[in-house]
Amino acid sequence: MSLILNEEQTLLKHTAREFFRAKAPIKALRTLRDEKNVQGFERALWAEITTLGWPGILIPEAYGGVGFGYQGLGQILEESGRTLAASPLIATVLLAAPLILAAGNETQKQRFLPAIASGEILFALALDERPRHAPSHITTTAVTTTAGYVLNGRKGFVLDGHVADYLLVVARTADSSPAETGLSGFLVATNTPGITVERTFLVDGRNAANIVFENVALMSEALLGPQDALYPLLEPVLDGARIGLAAEMLGNGLEAFERTVAYLKLRTQFGVPIGSFQALKHRAALMYCELELTTSAVREALTALDEQGADLAALASLAKAKACEMLELVTSEAVQLHGGIGMTDAEEIGFFLKRARVAQQLFGDASFQRERYATLLGF
Amino acid sequence: MDALSEFRAETRAWLIENCPAPMRTPMPEEERVWGGRNPVFKTPASKLWFERMVARGWTVPTWPKAYGGDGLSKDQALVLGEEMANLGCRNPLFGFGISMLAPVLLKYGTEVQKIEHLPPIARGEIRWCQGYSEPNAGSDLANLQTKAEDQGDHFVVTGQKIWTSYANLADWIFCLVRTDTRSKQGGISFMLFDMTSPGVSTRPIALISGASAFCETFFDQVQVPRRNLVGELNAGWTIAKELLQHERGMISQIGRTLGGTVPSVDKVAQRYLGDAAGRITEPALRDAIAQHVMNDRAFELTVRRANEENSAGAGAGGASSMFKYYGTEQNKRKYELILKCAGSQALGWEGDEFLPEDLQICRSWLRSKGNSIEGGTSEIQLNVIAKRVLGLPD
Repeated sequence: MSLILNEEQTLLKHTAREFFRAKAPIKALRTLRDEKNVQGFERALWAEITTLGWPGILIPEAYGGVGFGYQGLGQILEESGRTLAASPLIATVLLAAPLILAAGNETQKQRFLPAIASGEILFALALDERPRHAPSHITTTAVTTTAGYVLNGRKGFVLDGHVADYLLVVARTADSSPAETGLSGFLVATNTPGITVERTFLVDGRNAANIVFENVALMSEALLGPQDALYPLLEPVLDGARIGLAAEMLGNGLEAFERTVAYLKLRTQFGVPIGSFQALKHRAALMYCELELTTSAVREALTALDEQGADLAALASLAKAKACEMLELVTSEAVQLHGGIGMTDAEEIGFFLKRARVAQQLFGDASFQRERYATLLGF
Repeated sequence: MDALSEFRAETRAWLIENCPAPMRTPMPEEERVWGGRNPVFKTPASKLWFERMVARGWTVPTWPKAYGGDGLSKDQALVLGEEMANLGCRNPLFGFGISMLAPVLLKYGTEVQKIEHLPPIARGEIRWCQGYSEPNAGSDLANLQTKAEDQGDHFVVTGQKIWTSYANLADWIFCLVRTDTRSKQGGISFMLFDMTSPGVSTRPIALISGASAFCETFFDQVQVPRRNLVGELNAGWTIAKELLQHERGMISQIGRTLGGTVPSVDKVAQRYLGDAAGRITEPALRDAIAQHVMNDRAFELTVRRANEENSAGAGAGGASSMFKYYGTEQNKRKYELILKCAGSQALGWEGDEFLPEDLQICRSWLRSKGNSIEGGTSEIQLNVIAKRVLGLPD
């Protein structure tokens, strides 16, 4: 396992950096936010991303993808994090495609994977029901009927839930202990009768949705994966999401940090650049160390995804925990070290702080990951 | 099979054949072999292992054979290191000659100096100490005042060093001396001399953790032959700084390289606070320990990444300062956590009422406080990162 990028991955990273800088700078996010854009992202941007083949990056060629792997997707996500680009990359590419690949039957794979790779349809994962990530605390039920299932319950914090054509819904099909058992997955068109989608405007200027299921009738073909036993297939996909998100957060942190260091060199007080003050130098150096550690954890975790390493779960929690700790520090310090200007909406540094806290909460914050890591290591 | 795989197979076979079984166990610190004119071997096995590795040139595997090495390539040395780690083979020889002096001697020394000093280092015949810090030259190392008067064919050295590790056991010293008072950094020279020279004396220093390897070292009119000057006169600061990078790299690994003898935080916590299933019952400590071991893992990955980047020729300049800073702070945090988990059991100073390993925890906890001071304080490391990596102004 290597911790440095190969030539192809480096090339992809450069392409992604240029692409997001040119096509999705932070001012694009500002516009989406100010216009209260109905989509929450630019369809034109998604079309260009599709042209580059990125929606199919995790999908094998047999299903219309390019099968380039997670280390590559990680570089794209890291670069998207530098400009805080809003796109369906997380919900559709990082979450839905691998879950369908892992749990779907051949019909479902044939039907949906090529359509994801070609950018035609968007997905959302309807999983969490509590304010904090708790993937096994599911009260949404799917009761068996003669024709299939009836779905009842409510989901929150559903990324892209307001624009998704299809939902991947995690519901309880059996009361059992431990909570991880008795869960099933369903592949549901968002326009199915009985589904109400309420868009939520989040602090990061991006969007999610609360979704209510009220006696939603599903055919038995809607079942995704084995009944009552989705969780073992879901968990590695969630780990992929944790790692991919950690890569995005790394990009966020690197950019916020570099902007802050540049500001320390630019801003003068008492007749000298404030970056000459030792109190501020040390704070910058501490952030640098945290960024270096996060970079290593993310790289190793991305490699483990591609190689399906036995250590994947622990590395996913490591990468996400480090990304959370690093980004909480870096974005808070970034605002502080920018001084009064850092508090203004006109200055862009606040956007990094806002996105950071949403990303920290998604799929488990640092304390969630530490608890999980301790359990995985047996203490 | 490619050449490297072949080398790996041969190496492994040789190690299995030649490394005595007791040398494939975790090494207590007191069993380290330091070599020197009066070498100490705690067991016959450690003497045998030392002699075999010296004969093979594997105490310094990448050095040329003429200097006592085996001329291995970087990749081969990496394979040797991996195979030794896989088999649990102990490091056969420790010393500041190998880890600190030799890298700069290889770069700045004359051929005569290399031939004189490198083979005895490789063979563990001469043990070296480091004459850097002085009472008034700590973080401000370049303020050092130990003077060397130029007498043509020799220098006369007078002054005092402090924190000289193992000065009382070392045979030779590599020493920073002032050869010009008109320029601070530009008046420093790098010299080597024999610790048995007339005028050299040492005095051990007791630390908060008890007896220590540190000494005060005094020089009273010590005569040093001119051929022992390394590099140009007054050009020692460049060599001094480069040597510090090697020292920092070594200190940053303190919590890791002692291998099996350093208690891991989670294991100690399980011993004192674990339930029947090994789960740590104090939630706040469990969270803090998880954070700690996760940072350990991320740190180790970062060391590995830096090594890979160095091999690929793309290393960052301030890496050794980052590792020195983070590794030592991490080691201090580790002992604070261990102390919390063990409670009063780790607060014993001496006596049979305490287990030896618990007494050791207490001493190691106290000693760890020095890690972020020796070899350049944490504050100095952060300054170096800010300046060299981030380019922040003076």
